[in-house]
Amino acid sequence: MKIEDALQEEQSIENTQPRNVYYALDEQGNYRQVLAAGCRAKHDALSLTWECISKEAETIRQEVLAGKKSPLAYHIRMCLLDIPLLAAYTGLPKKTIKKHLDAKAFLQLDASILKKYADAMHITEEELKSV
Amino acid sequence: MTAFEHRPAAHCESGVTSNLLNFYGIKVSEPMVLGLGSGLFFSHMPFITLHGMAVTSFRPLPGRIFSRVTRLLGIKVKTRRFLNKDKSMQALDRLIAQGIPAGVLVGVFHLPYFPKEYRFHFNAHNIAVIGKENGGYVVSDPVILQKETISYEALKRCRYAKGTYPPCGRMYWIDRMKTQNPDLRRAAVKAIKLNCRRMLDIPLPFFGVRGIRTLAKRMRCWEKRFGSSRAALNLAQVIRMLEEIGTGGAGFRFMYAAFLQEAAAVLRQPECRKYAEQMTEAGDMWREFAAAAGRKFKNRGEDICTYDELADKLMKIAGMEESIFRLLRKTVNNCKY
Repeated sequence: MKIEDALQEEQSIENTQPRNVYYALDEQGNYRQVLAAGCRAKHDALSLTWECISKEAETIRQEVLAGKKSPLAYHIRMCLLDIPLLAAYTGLPKKTIKKHLDAKAFLQLDASILKKYADAMHITEEELKSV
Repeated sequence: MTAFEHRPAAHCESGVTSNLLNFYGIKVSEPMVLGLGSGLFFSHMPFITLHGMAVTSFRPLPGRIFSRVTRLLGIKVKTRRFLNKDKSMQALDRLIAQGIPAGVLVGVFHLPYFPKEYRFHFNAHNIAVIGKENGGYVVSDPVILQKETISYEALKRCRYAKGTYPPCGRMYWIDRMKTQNPDLRRAAVKAIKLNCRRMLDIPLPFFGVRGIRTLAKRMRCWEKRFGSSRAALNLAQVIRMLEEIGTGGAGFRFMYAAFLQEAAAVLRQPECRKYAEQMTEAGDMWREFAAAAGRKFKNRGEDICTYDELADKLMKIAGMEESIFRLLRKTVNNCKY
């Protein structure tokens, strides 16, 4: 990769922040550090992943509003968590967490468990209850 | 004692290591650290998952680069993990009070200064904690251009992130060293030999050149197995590992080429510059693969490859890297130290 290539590709990307260090060849064929935004494929990969996450989260949000799932399911998706990971953070059994994804079971939760979930996801309890 | 100089780097661990060594008066560049740490690797491990997908990685296990470099240069280091969160913070405080900068392993999801779009549950990020200021910690994160501060609570959270490869409050620091002028030649020979072994000789199909071939083989059936949208996500995850934060471009290949250029002078082996060129070529092939993959999962442009064609590109890269390392091994085996 030449230095020009590293910088040129930047122009095809809309959001060029943040910039990172890359190694590229100068005219003499020696490697130098350059600050660049990285290649387009990387930005595509990131945006695809985030698009996919927000799409899934929106589907879950609709299900929560329809009363099929609990807000917990939505926040798990938004924090990119899954059940085993949330279990590791909260110390609750996976089975219990799975149960709490149901809207009815979630309504009956007491404050201590809600607090565990809120702490694990770094949000307030009010936020946890809403979508 | 001099102030800790924060030099931004491409990769977190080699950056932290080179900054720490620099602090103690051993001037080595980041590519040199990567090379001495035998930091070029490939692994594709279907038995470990991240976000529900097989892990593909272009680096050795976190901590390996640091431990290999320091061992080769005759530096005594200390590494500790803690079960108790508060004790881990107290130990860190004690080190900072003595003026010793410490490398700390953190999860990036909770790192407050990290750009939002990069915050995944990825637990192998290295930062150096270098001081305390108004109750918060001053940290030198090589992938961020300036020094940052982070609160006590936030740092504790990051050090005890959960998930794949949890950091468990791990921290490491330089204890003492034998010499200020280590024998770089001997170190480079040993490191390159180890890197060749890691890329060529591990008899499992998940690591090194064999790993690239396994990824290619699995990639051919992704669409059938996962359906097109899930297959695209899998491909995106590979590209993120390849190009995202901390590789210096093309999964460390360019940085390793930079190391080979430096090594040519250290080893007095002009052939190493030739290998650097070939490694650059391999890096360019990785980049081309990434670009093609990007078009594939974004469905953009005219020439969209199939997964089979992408896998063919990988097979070519595997062949290329295999030949580079075989030649490199031949050259290095003749080097006396």
